[in-house]
Amino acid sequence: MIDFLNAFVALSNFVLIPAISYGAQLALGALGVTLIYGILRFSNFAHGDTMAFGAMCTILVTWLFQSWGISFGPLPTALLAMPFGILATMGLVLFTDRYVYKFYREQKAKPVILVIVSLGVMFILNGLVRFIIGPNDQRFSDGERFIISVREFKALTGLKEGLAFKTTQGITIVTAVIVVIALFWFLNRTRTGKSMRAYSDNEDLALLSGINPERVVMVTWLIVAALATIAGTLYGLDKSFKPFIFLQLLLPVFAAAIVGGLGSPLGAIAGGFTIAFSEVMITYAWKKVATYVVPEAWAPDTLVQLLSTDYKFAVSFVILIIVLLFRPTGLFAGKSV
Amino acid sequence: MSDSVRNTIYFAGVALLIIITGFVQSWNTALFILNFGLISAIMALGVNLQWGFAGLFNVGIMGFVALGGLATVLVSMPATPGAWQAGGAPVIGALMLGAATVVAAVILMTKMKAGKLRSFSVFGVLVVGFFVYRGLFDPAVGLIEDIDPAATGYLGGLGLPILFAWPAGGLLAAAVAWLIGKTALGLRSDYLAIATLGISEIIIAVMKNEDWLGRGVKNVVGLPRPAPYEVDLQSNTAFIERANGLGLDAVTASTLWVKLIYAGLFTVVLVILFVMAQRALHSPWGRMMRAIRDNEFAAEAMGKNVTARHLQIFVLGSAVCGIAGAMMTTLDGQLTPGTYQPLRFTFLIWVMVIVGGSGSNLGSVLGGFLIWWLWVMVEPMGSVLMNFVTYGMTDGYWLKDHLLESVAHMRLLTMGLVLLLVLRFSPRGLIPEK
Amino acid sequence: MSEPFLIGDSMTGGYGNGPDILHDCTIAVNKGEIAVIVGPNGAGKSTGMKAVFGMLSLNKGSVRLDGEDITALSPQDRVVKGMGFVPQTSNIFTSMTVEENLEMGAFIRRDNYKDTMTQIYDLFPILKEKRYQAAGELSGGQRQQVAVARALMTQPKVLMLDEPTAGVSPIVMDELFDRIIEVARTGIPILMVEQNARQALEIADKGYVLVQGANAFTGTGKELLVDPEVRKSFLGG
Repeated sequence: MIDFLNAFVALSNFVLIPAISYGAQLALGALGVTLIYGILRFSNFAHGDTMAFGAMCTILVTWLFQSWGISFGPLPTALLAMPFGILATMGLVLFTDRYVYKFYREQKAKPVILVIVSLGVMFILNGLVRFIIGPNDQRFSDGERFIISVREFKALTGLKEGLAFKTTQGITIVTAVIVVIALFWFLNRTRTGKSMRAYSDNEDLALLSGINPERVVMVTWLIVAALATIAGTLYGLDKSFKPFIFLQLLLPVFAAAIVGGLGSPLGAIAGGFTIAFSEVMITYAWKKVATYVVPEAWAPDTLVQLLSTDYKFAVSFVILIIVLLFRPTGLFAGKSV
Repeated sequence: MSDSVRNTIYFAGVALLIIITGFVQSWNTALFILNFGLISAIMALGVNLQWGFAGLFNVGIMGFVALGGLATVLVSMPATPGAWQAGGAPVIGALMLGAATVVAAVILMTKMKAGKLRSFSVFGVLVVGFFVYRGLFDPAVGLIEDIDPAATGYLGGLGLPILFAWPAGGLLAAAVAWLIGKTALGLRSDYLAIATLGISEIIIAVMKNEDWLGRGVKNVVGLPRPAPYEVDLQSNTAFIERANGLGLDAVTASTLWVKLIYAGLFTVVLVILFVMAQRALHSPWGRMMRAIRDNEFAAEAMGKNVTARHLQIFVLGSAVCGIAGAMMTTLDGQLTPGTYQPLRFTFLIWVMVIVGGSGSNLGSVLGGFLIWWLWVMVEPMGSVLMNFVTYGMTDGYWLKDHLLESVAHMRLLTMGLVLLLVLRFSPRGLIPEK
Repeated sequence: MSEPFLIGDSMTGGYGNGPDILHDCTIAVNKGEIAVIVGPNGAGKSTGMKAVFGMLSLNKGSVRLDGEDITALSPQDRVVKGMGFVPQTSNIFTSMTVEENLEMGAFIRRDNYKDTMTQIYDLFPILKEKRYQAAGELSGGQRQQVAVARALMTQPKVLMLDEPTAGVSPIVMDELFDRIIEVARTGIPILMVEQNARQALEIADKGYVLVQGANAFTGTGKELLVDPEVRKSFLGG
């Protein structure tokens, strides 16, 4: 019995909690991608660097607050700074829409052109972020590190395995839940939100109904800016902030959005967790948990790791390919390929 | 002015830029730019084949370039003694088993009726196949990598002259492209982009991790060369005399001479590929490809097998990139998987294609040279700019230091800006498609 | 003769800069009437209606609603002026519920439209039953009802339907026509393009037979049904 408990604790510590936290971050990123795809109808390759930009602004304001001695108690000061980061990012995306994307929208350019344009925006944002904050790792988290640390847990339960629940992981989960609830309330219960869904569903009919396309576009970008900033900041708090990491995140984020069904917010969330859990579970060394669960004689010698951690990004990609081949509309039947 | 005059002016302009660099910076830099420009031009040619002929948006160029680099190792490095005996057969066996498992799963998927039985069988086949594969694979790999890991620790290659690696790179890239194309080409353009991006990531990840194949991040150095070694030249009396006769010291002369040899080889390859691409463009086949690109529905209605044509182009374009990758690794003299970065390669090549003129072979070549020159020169030019901007500031002032340090990042900004400006104001590029 | 409530008068034009499809075509409907546009395939029936709605540019002719010249207005502006238009295809928000479709129909209204919604549910009882279901899940005939109901939410002064019974079975078609008659009874004039000429003319107060973009025959529904020329051309004798 104790063995099962230990196994469960180890599982939670190394698989469940990290996967849930990572899944929430991916879900927030994927929500942004899916909204842009559903309403603006192109895959925004610049989304990863938008997340970087948002996180960067939050970090700068956090440092400012920290230098002024403002803190948030046990919670990271970054949470206080985040609204300002969101505002700055909103300004950025509205600017790029007005001066870059709007031109091609009015020309009814093919989606692939918009994708190439978003590549250009990606380059610029990437350079801008590195220019402003430098390419190195930045630390900006403060406050209590753990909600419960390994040592405290072991003392509390007397188990051999310890469980660490970092504050940042807890915040990620709570924030993600709040954001998702707010977003769904907005999309399903407000007039503006419904008009956005209508526009995404059937553009011509929406125009006929008197829905103002420019307004829909603007609200979309504002929401996306908020989502990107929150996702980027949470990821940076939890793992680390390095400008180049957000380019790497682009692949899992897109994989999550596509697996869930591009254009479907619910799908983005499901996809985010699917990708996160797959990545963590397939690259986890199950030896420890297996040793607790199976009888002595069968205890494994090897790490029992399906794929080495170097292939983490490959996992999300393989899942993506499988989904694209066998169910291209994704889990929740978003817009088809 | 007529097209030929305009094109000549463009190329002359780029040549002038490179020559000026030679004077202002150094001739070594200029030749370096020239050589990489030649390679970039070939890559741009490959990408243009896919984009200009067929409208395929391939963001995974880096993967094929890397495969070309791998081919140089596989072709030209000597076989590691004892490695094949230790684990060669099991590794090949395991890989074939893995492939067979996938094929079996695919056959089951397509032949059986949908339902629980099918899902179980496919799952079962995959799981069993996976574990058997690992059972064979892991110990064999361990044995191979144990052989003198500091110097080798991998299978090695065929020990053939390195020039054979260039077409071999093309073939390897073509084979992988065929596999990828078979699965991914039915997808819409932006999905294809994401799919190809992911594939290139996987290829690089494999190269970085499978040490038994290419030493992974331990890198393979000392690749054989088609040109003489500088040190050999420097101790060759005949060469020294010639160099002194031209007013150069032996060291500089040797580096310049080696670069010139490479430039010559690369130019030959570029010209061959360019001529082939031009002939293809103006052939009935080329016209058909562009007709398909412009109106896929109509083409399909006329009975053209669009997917097969797209596959052809995808394979050809990737093969060209593979050749360029092999050339690049030859120039470097080493295979360093860690240096393959998506930004530098894939997106830069795209900027080249678009600025040069998408759909036009000559445009891609021009774009290759021009953008590569710009990419290299942004940093020194940015340095000059920043020095100017910070002129009035005192040393040690944080802003000054920061600005001076960030010159390196101006490259990305500049490239993005160039891409956006061209797409907005001159979307057909410098040399538009006919 | 008093001016009809809605009239597309001597319309000549086509799509964009293309050739003229309509040649001096006149279509009109009076208050409380059902006017039907019929004709062979490619006759320009839908084009004629789209011209009245402002979806193509007219080289000659005008469109007047309730005495006001609206030729220069965009389709969205004409909706504001009181035109309701139900396209032939892609006429509902498939991913949204029936009720949400109605809400979107009333989007331009700033007042409380609860009463309108109640009236519409009375007209289309099946929709009330399925109000919380996704519109895309309904059957073909029910989806058409959603489409018409959606257009009615603005309390339009005139309702235009582009081939409302396209692709539905005969029983469903009868049901749809019944609904349309109910709507007309509330006083809204209806202008309708229809492929099923016979059944459409049976409920029509006014009929326009278009051939190659021009008026061929005009009269009441009953007149056209018995007219030997009309019968010969395409009612099957």
